[in-house]
Amino acid sequence: MRARVFVTLKPSVFDPQGKTIADALHALGYGKVEDVRQGKYFELDLATTEAVQARALASEVADKLLANPVIESYRIEVD
Amino acid sequence: MATFGVIVFPGSNCDHDAYHAAKDVLGQEAEYIWHKDTDLKGADVVILPGGFAHGDYLRCGAMARFSPIMREVAAFAARGGPVLGICNGFQVLLEAGLLPGAMLRNRSLKFQCEHVHVRVEQTDTPFTLACARGQVLRIPIAHGEGNYFADPDVIARLEANRQVIFRYTNAAGELDAAANPNGSASAIAGLCNDARNVVGLMPHPERACESALGSADGLVIFESVVQSLTSGALVARA
Repeated sequence: MRARVFVTLKPSVFDPQGKTIADALHALGYGKVEDVRQGKYFELDLATTEAVQARALASEVADKLLANPVIESYRIEVD
Repeated sequence: MATFGVIVFPGSNCDHDAYHAAKDVLGQEAEYIWHKDTDLKGADVVILPGGFAHGDYLRCGAMARFSPIMREVAAFAARGGPVLGICNGFQVLLEAGLLPGAMLRNRSLKFQCEHVHVRVEQTDTPFTLACARGQVLRIPIAHGEGNYFADPDVIARLEANRQVIFRYTNAAGELDAAANPNGSASAIAGLCNDARNVVGLMPHPERACESALGSADGLVIFESVVQSLTSGALVARA
């Protein structure tokens, strides 16, 4: 199965890169883009056919390595 | 005579500076310790140097935490051994959980490379023993991710326990938003753990140990740890 892990800065953490991208989009005339948060995206190929197992494994590696819980949170999709 | 153990990760680039400061400037023993080594070669003090360990892949310091030598560093720290993380070494200590918090990109989004002023906030650590409280050191920084972040309750605990060891100030030692080069919370430039034997800081004292290099203000950090080791003095909790 494949797990997709989206890691983003927690809402309480200032994201200077996202802010700069938003400012650039505003300069390009995209005033309707109100805010941008930049993050990281991981695709994990997992040797399992069980969705529950895949999600648990992805969650474990996200906790252990992919995300830093001090500043980041993550979301997982499995298919 | 104290023996400095300088950890070398693939991508470390201030290991020679730290070795030079310990061995040539201070006349102490020094050993390089490769990150795959599993013993600290009898080091009395461990330095995690600046650089870009493991290319800073994923996050600064995230991979270095899994290097075999880090198990020994953690055990040494748990025994009360003095550990100093400088710049990338500080980031490694944060990722390894030996110090609390995390680093964000500099608020400016720029790699900041300049001399800054830091004020010594506490002197009851092995690395600030020979400093005066409130002493202002002029030391260079060179980092892109030195914007210290921790949850407000963690910052409050650091302040209450006097774990903030260095703060960015102006030359007069006053807090000044313009003197905070990266946006760090509470102008934190360096901090220590609960037991006060593990210290991390973003500025580079090892690059400021000889006046020919523009400043010798960093030398006192290394002199402090030599003094704490050779006098056998336990660091008193004030």
